[in-house]
Amino acid sequence: MLRRNFIKATAVSIALAAAGLVSQPAVAADTIKVGILHSLSGTMAISETALKETALMTIAEINAKGGVMGKQLEAVVVDPASNWPLFAEKARQLLTQDKVAVVFGCWTSVSRKSVNPVFKELNGLLFYPVQYEGEELEKNVFYTGAAPNQQAIPAVEYLMSKDGGSAKRWVLLGTDYVYPRTTNKILRAFLKSKGVAEADIMEEYTPFGHSDYQTIIAKIKKFAGEGKKTAVVSTINGDSNVPFYKELGNAGLKATDVPVVAFSVGEEELRGVDTKPLVGHLAAWNYFESIKNPENAKFIKMYQDWAKKQKLPNAESVVTNDPMEATYIGIHMWAQAVEKAKSTDVNKVIAAVGGQKFKAPSGFTIEMDPKNHHLHKPVFIGEVKADGQFNVVWKTKGPVKAQPWSPFIAGNDKKKDEPEGK
Amino acid sequence: MRRLAFALLCCLSLAAHAALDPAAVKQLAAEESEDKIAAIHKLALTAEPEALALLQQLADDTLKDDKGEDITINNRVRRELEGALAVLKLIDPDAAVRYKAVKEIATNVDAGMGPMLAKARDRESDPKIRALLVEIHALATLKDADPKIRLAAAAALAGSADPNTKAVLKAQSEPANEAEVDVRREAFRSYLAVKDRLTLAETIGRIFSGLSLGSILLLAALGLAITYGVMGVINMAHGELLMIGAYATYVIQGLFRTHFPAQLDWYLLAAVPVAFFAAATVGVLLERTVIRWLYGRALETLLATWGLSLMLIQAARVIFGAQNVEVANPSWMSGGLEILPSIVLPLNRIVIVGFALFVLALVWVLMNRTRLGMFVRAVTQNRAMAGCVGVPTGRIDTVAFALGAGIAGLGGVALSQIANVGPDMGQGYIVDSFMVVVLGGVGQLAGAVWAALGLGIVTKFIESWAGAVIAKIVVLVFIIMFIQKRPQGLFALKGRFVES
Repeated sequence: MLRRNFIKATAVSIALAAAGLVSQPAVAADTIKVGILHSLSGTMAISETALKETALMTIAEINAKGGVMGKQLEAVVVDPASNWPLFAEKARQLLTQDKVAVVFGCWTSVSRKSVNPVFKELNGLLFYPVQYEGEELEKNVFYTGAAPNQQAIPAVEYLMSKDGGSAKRWVLLGTDYVYPRTTNKILRAFLKSKGVAEADIMEEYTPFGHSDYQTIIAKIKKFAGEGKKTAVVSTINGDSNVPFYKELGNAGLKATDVPVVAFSVGEEELRGVDTKPLVGHLAAWNYFESIKNPENAKFIKMYQDWAKKQKLPNAESVVTNDPMEATYIGIHMWAQAVEKAKSTDVNKVIAAVGGQKFKAPSGFTIEMDPKNHHLHKPVFIGEVKADGQFNVVWKTKGPVKAQPWSPFIAGNDKKKDEPEGK
Repeated sequence: MRRLAFALLCCLSLAAHAALDPAAVKQLAAEESEDKIAAIHKLALTAEPEALALLQQLADDTLKDDKGEDITINNRVRRELEGALAVLKLIDPDAAVRYKAVKEIATNVDAGMGPMLAKARDRESDPKIRALLVEIHALATLKDADPKIRLAAAAALAGSADPNTKAVLKAQSEPANEAEVDVRREAFRSYLAVKDRLTLAETIGRIFSGLSLGSILLLAALGLAITYGVMGVINMAHGELLMIGAYATYVIQGLFRTHFPAQLDWYLLAAVPVAFFAAATVGVLLERTVIRWLYGRALETLLATWGLSLMLIQAARVIFGAQNVEVANPSWMSGGLEILPSIVLPLNRIVIVGFALFVLALVWVLMNRTRLGMFVRAVTQNRAMAGCVGVPTGRIDTVAFALGAGIAGLGGVALSQIANVGPDMGQGYIVDSFMVVVLGGVGQLAGAVWAALGLGIVTKFIESWAGAVIAKIVVLVFIIMFIQKRPQGLFALKGRFVES
């Protein structure tokens, strides 16, 4: 993917750039290809489709400003269809066939775990935009979502506080895969360190795509009825959230009695749900659409215009959310790093990404940690409003440094805060 | 809460007429939750209708501060606010409002509210609300200084069905919390009564959720019971027929939204026949173009219909997009029916159980009481003989397949109300549907009914102690073992020609 300088001089006509996904040899020489690896079908499409759109929008924005190193970016979109082995296959295709300079993609940790070996083997570069469980630090991956100490731990601390309802009993509810299991392991250790007894923690898992939450809600009700203030921590991922929240609303479990804080539910997931019975339930993120500042206004406007222009389904009601913001930050940081490295060579770009700064829609100037491949991010806790937006009820004073190796897992204190082999 | 309750007790009879304190109104917009709560209490104490209206606005998120920005509240403020509003609404002339208010107070009772609750109880005319007030009054006086009052409260709580009451009574029956033996004994007696009632409620809830899952399985499998069970076609595209029914519901919802927004609540009724005919039409197309050429060749049918299912999924993706679409519950299907404070049966599930019964009756009548049904049964039992006596077997096959497909479409309508509607939604139900039909016995509608209900209830009972993941595995293993022992399923067809 190294290009000689003389190519820079070649002007790229906008018409050719607009030709989009069709790669034409004549154009290919003048563009930098970037891969977009998000599920556009299957159980995760509810969350990931918007990230593909955000990535395309950001690329169009960068292209409109003259591209990167004078070259236009060319997006290569593939659909791994919520199928974890297919993620690895598509990643390999992007790196070897399409020869992309960088890949933006994945949502679930299981998909990231399945592509990690591919990026390592082929020395590719992945920007991963979603909050996750930590316990990983790959040289070839930059994590623009939150680590547990930037989302899960502050959320639980908030629920323990007086404003959060002083919860004493905890239901840890998740989809059955690596992210919820690891997060709950960390949370369990954290809760124990705060003096919560084993009997006051209930852990429950459901398969991907589960749609019958009657039993779980009945169990939560019973558990909550045993005398102490109870809170639910939900790491349910994908479209199961719609039946879960529907059942929660129908069963009359109100946020003032048993608050549910979710780590994978944002504005986008709530679009298909009647949020009136859900008012007061919480989510913890590093960005909410309801945050007011000029950067965010610009970001929201840009996405709304994009949705209208692309004629997305329900374009008039599109929303922005945290992983979309993380995608946006990630692409800009990569572009800045390429400019700094004056090359798209993976090793040079990796060296240049650390320390990049970007004025993010969350209202803070976000910095990529010079060493640990994670962003320093502010933490917000929001309550669901009747219109499906979030009302920020708590936030950190400024960005927090990520701890990918959670101190609540034994043995992590010995691990280095930077990837091996860097 | 306590302060508020005492003061309200005085205010309710006085009917004061003072303007709202502007400082308190302004304080509602304060940054700190503490200040907001103080302001809420101050306003609630006036018991003025204006204060009630103002607080209601705050609760509905419609109140603005002097800069025109929304005043936002968190759960803690909301809890206090709802409590204060509920106390104010105790004197509302509308019994339904009072009932809701009492329910709200019940979630947050404390000792200071005793006198106020006693007063409300004595004033109350509605027996249902009165019973509830007696109960929460007892809850509030359970810690009273007078042992006699405590004893009466402990006895009065025996009628409760609230899980919180159970915990409170348990605590009260322990020597550490209660000095008087009599009160302890009474509390323990009430505790046992409440516990029994809660266990009963839990069982009812579990059986209902099993019934609900069973009815969904039945709706998903009934169409297959006809196409596979009766006709012997292994139709891997059955799940996609469910999907077509669900998308038909979505389309009808869209039409109602744009053309008859006033009747939006009734779109589901219109969706029922549309989904039936949409799925039946696709069924006829499949049968005429592909499946009829493959009768008697199970393996080819399996592969061909699997290919068809992929084509249908892709078609849905092209037409409606890869993402799930939103199908909203009509308002008469939202919310739940409260049987006891600890169990709420969701209305959408109750309606679906009823709908499953309706579809079942429809199929039964069609198969057993019509000429068409007789022909279908005749062809199933002995195709050659049926043909000899003049039954148009080819046409009957098409109609029977269309019927099975149409019923799958009806299942899709039901699924759209509780599960996600997306192009590959059918994939999740195909295994379950085959499980039901195979377990029930091929060729038997009654078998499908018992298998669906049995699987539903067994799954829910296993789920409640082992979790959803294990439940799925256990049920699958159980079915495999069952089929090993009894390959013909629960109910087997009997007759001379069955084997051939």
